[in-house]
Amino acid sequence: MSYQLFLTLISGMFIGGVAGYLGTLMLSKKMSVVAGPLAHLALPGVAIALLWGFSISLGAFPFVIIGAILIWILEKKTKLPMENLAAIIFASGVGTALLILPIGKAEEALVGNITTITPLETLVTVALSLLVFYVVDRIYKKMMLMNVYEDLATVEGVNTSLYNLLYLLSIAVVVALGVYLVGGLITVALIAIPAASAKNISKGLLSYKISAVAFGILASIAGIIIAQFTQLPTGPMVIISGVVLFLISIIFHKKTF
Amino acid sequence: MVRQLKSLNMSNMLLEVKNLDVSLDGEKILENLSFQVKQGEILTVLGPNGSGKSVLLKTLLGFLPYEGIIKWSKKPKIGYLPQGLNQLMIKDFPLTVQDFFALKNIPSKNKEIEKYLALVGLEKDILFKKAGSLSGGQFQRMLVAWVLISHPEVIFFDEPTTGIDIGGGETVYSLLHNIWKQEKLTIFLVTHDLNIVYKHSTNVLCLNRKGYHCFGTPKDILSMETLEKVFGKEIKLYEHN
Repeated sequence: MSYQLFLTLISGMFIGGVAGYLGTLMLSKKMSVVAGPLAHLALPGVAIALLWGFSISLGAFPFVIIGAILIWILEKKTKLPMENLAAIIFASGVGTALLILPIGKAEEALVGNITTITPLETLVTVALSLLVFYVVDRIYKKMMLMNVYEDLATVEGVNTSLYNLLYLLSIAVVVALGVYLVGGLITVALIAIPAASAKNISKGLLSYKISAVAFGILASIAGIIIAQFTQLPTGPMVIISGVVLFLISIIFHKKTF
Repeated sequence: MVRQLKSLNMSNMLLEVKNLDVSLDGEKILENLSFQVKQGEILTVLGPNGSGKSVLLKTLLGFLPYEGIIKWSKKPKIGYLPQGLNQLMIKDFPLTVQDFFALKNIPSKNKEIEKYLALVGLEKDILFKKAGSLSGGQFQRMLVAWVLISHPEVIFFDEPTTGIDIGGGETVYSLLHNIWKQEKLTIFLVTHDLNIVYKHSTNVLCLNRKGYHCFGTPKDILSMETLEKVFGKEIKLYEHN
């Protein structure tokens, strides 16, 4: 195995795993799709990175972080659903990107460029993935209780505003990493698909979490390797692997009613 | 003697509300409301739909802004059974009953959970069932256990599913009444069901949409005259003894 493939696999596994984990929380809040608009918001950042020739993940980060904080502030101010706010954010991201993105170089922004990842970028990716994994793990139970019934969490003494912010920032980091792995257009799938597959086969919380992480990692490995052999783009292949796993999970879907 | 009794009463006073005003979106929901609750009492908040019963509970819980005085004698440990939380709402969550208990601030061991499930009349094998697949009655019992397991001193019970039969003709209210006798809790009960007022409350606070309210023992309050003011003319009262 080449060194480059090794780096690609390592970073792909970590991004896939943490995206799957975060996805379980987002699915239970019925806001898996929020990752989509945020990823599109990364596009102007990616465009700037391409224009000035630095790492596209670096370009994506400030935009999605600001987007997440904007959603948080707007949600507190307007009480509009996060989904709705994300749609507003989405339009501003794509609109801006279309103005400045060099269309000739658009492919990288749309489907990612994980196969050219450097050792330093791999290191940063692994570190950020672990950090987000830790944060999501710490906020998991409280977020889940908030998703079930927010007042119940408030009585339990949960600072819902702080948890929402940590949650949105986690999404932002995963989205920025996801843009690197699969590109801005389909990052949402990285988050939404493993959780959906996991829910199909799980009755309890533990199996839901573990299988989502496993599906995320598996889809990344399969996608990267298949793309390597077929000379097809990596990002879309990762997503297609995820979809195949999802289809398989439907077969094992346990009806609990 | 009278003075002595009075001071004794004051000493186990838990909550004093004076001239409470609550507005939502510019509309006055509660106006000039005053009442007291002693430790170990069951206060029933009675009134028709839209009279501000849930708003009052949420204000007491600290969720809503208000004007006036809400004075707790000490900060009690509160348990809350909100209105509208039922098994259908968490049907889409991959949560077993055990998982649901694990979401609490201080998670309990399975042995402890089983003890409380037994207290509300549930078998322990329910622990590994999906919470969303329980029946309505089972879910209500489970919620009561979920609230009780953290040993609250005060429970806010917001009319979860009125009159839901949870087996053997027992309502969730009589279950709560039994637990109240055993554990010496203070309970705030919201309802528009007159039947349970007689059976289960020490004091009644009635609200209606037109800003009328009254406060007293069930016998004082549940006269035809007061009830007409609260619910309108159509009310029929069957006195329970």
